[in-house]
Amino acid sequence: MATPLRREDVAKVAKLARLSLSDEELDMFTEQLGQILEHANDIAALQLDDVVATAHPFGLINVMREDVLEPCLSRDDVLAMAPDSEDGRFAVPRIMGEAP
Amino acid sequence: MKSAIDIANDVRTGATTAVAEAERSLAAIRSRNEELNVFVHVDDEGALETAQRVDAQIARGEDPGALAGVPLALKDNLCHVGKLTTAGSRILEGWRSPYSATVVNLVLKAGAVPMGKTNMDEFAMGSSTETSYYGPTRNPLDPARVPGGSSGGSAAAVAADMTPIALGSDTGGSIRQPAALCGLVGVKPTYGLVSRFGLIAFASSLDQIGPFAKNVTDAALLLEVIAGHDPRDSTSLPEGAPSLVAGVDAGVAGKRIGLVRELLEGADDDVVAAVGRAREVLTEAGATVVDLSIPECRLGLSAYYLIAPAEASSNLARFDGVRYGLRVDADDVAAMNEATRTLGFGAEVKRRIMLGTYALSAGYYDAYYGQALKVRTQMINAFHRAYDQVDLLLGATAPSVAFKFGEKTSNPLAMYLSDVFTIPTNLAGDAAISVPFGRGEGDLPIGVQLLGPGRSEAQLFAAARVLEVEQTS
Repeated sequence: MATPLRREDVAKVAKLARLSLSDEELDMFTEQLGQILEHANDIAALQLDDVVATAHPFGLINVMREDVLEPCLSRDDVLAMAPDSEDGRFAVPRIMGEAP
Repeated sequence: MKSAIDIANDVRTGATTAVAEAERSLAAIRSRNEELNVFVHVDDEGALETAQRVDAQIARGEDPGALAGVPLALKDNLCHVGKLTTAGSRILEGWRSPYSATVVNLVLKAGAVPMGKTNMDEFAMGSSTETSYYGPTRNPLDPARVPGGSSGGSAAAVAADMTPIALGSDTGGSIRQPAALCGLVGVKPTYGLVSRFGLIAFASSLDQIGPFAKNVTDAALLLEVIAGHDPRDSTSLPEGAPSLVAGVDAGVAGKRIGLVRELLEGADDDVVAAVGRAREVLTEAGATVVDLSIPECRLGLSAYYLIAPAEASSNLARFDGVRYGLRVDADDVAAMNEATRTLGFGAEVKRRIMLGTYALSAGYYDAYYGQALKVRTQMINAFHRAYDQVDLLLGATAPSVAFKFGEKTSNPLAMYLSDVFTIPTNLAGDAAISVPFGRGEGDLPIGVQLLGPGRSEAQLFAAARVLEVEQTS
């Protein structure tokens, strides 16, 4: 059985998920997510050591195709819908600081 | 309104034209879209162009296909090249897809005329269409009530006679539940039967695209058009498309059907009574209906609300302000990502992303996500055992008729319970259909659910047709 969800747990997952929450939102989500996880304790408590996990219901794995070039999307079409682009690439704000 | 099959026949014989049908559909959309908020983007120009192409094919003596000139609505998580595609989210406001989903290409190839994109819960997360950034959709049968969700716009489009058929997606019931609440036939096909290429992913191991229609035959026709292997979806089943329309009148004589106790538990009395009457009708038609218990169904909700958010937290990581839609400027990339996601996502999407992130995080993975995947195995095994005894299963689609706005928005768990009868099928990867059968509170429609093993769609349509015939006779 997992421990109850705390406010700091929610703050941590919000940070991991790149979301900022107000104090009121933190309170609300802590309560709501806590209720959902409490409901999920019915399966967290099951003894399932011998059961294999399912990723695909019919067991399809590693579908491959021949490694041959096929037509793909036009770069210009894709970049046209991006918030910002430059010289045929996605443009983003500065990642690293100024050189010292 | 004329059925899709009748429209296609009339277009093919020249009794009507695709343009006339598109114009009729546009007029119906114009008359009620403001009130009901069904379409988030109406594509007048594109629809008329497509219809003209269909009419030109007819003029040249060519056959445009099984859906010749049939107006169709697309849920707004299906990509259609050059068209607005927002998935009900602010984060994709104004975004136009650079390519088309395989299902969109297939319906176009069959001569259908897409009229635009329908409203939906944001990223398909919801059971009422109330989480859409573009406002809720109203149920055409009672505008004070929800149409269900997440494919509420597609259901409402058909229920309001705007289009005879529509496409939606079903991750935990998002086609079957709105079909039930709007009095329509809705199908969640076998996982992998329909290509997911070009469907904006919510929970990739559960998502399936499927049809809405006013009747069983139209639903079978649309599924026949969109089914089949697609090399661009690595989870696509290798077998080809099944024949579905030809067998809709095959009946249920000699079939064994299991009435699942857990797929009625907690349902309103009017819903339980409707399923009881469905049992009688199927028995009269020659089926043997037995009572069954699949206790694993009770664990479905918990497993689903760990697996689906976990997959969603990963799938929605791509919305970071770099490649699509919204960007909120900030001094560095991480701050820009965070500001964009914070403004771009609504509360339900944030809730699920955080739930999924938590379920996958170190220290909780085994207790939650890992455990949920094992419950999924148990669910699959339980259904296999049931299908050793019977051909199909029977239960309710939703616990109640359409509910009122705001009834469940403040309590996420109460909203999640709307899907308690539909979720097990998604976890098992199997097929299920909701068919309108009887009416309940407020004279609103009730949906009865028929479930079958993988690739049992033809049998499901035949059984649903038995109930439909009884309803209309």
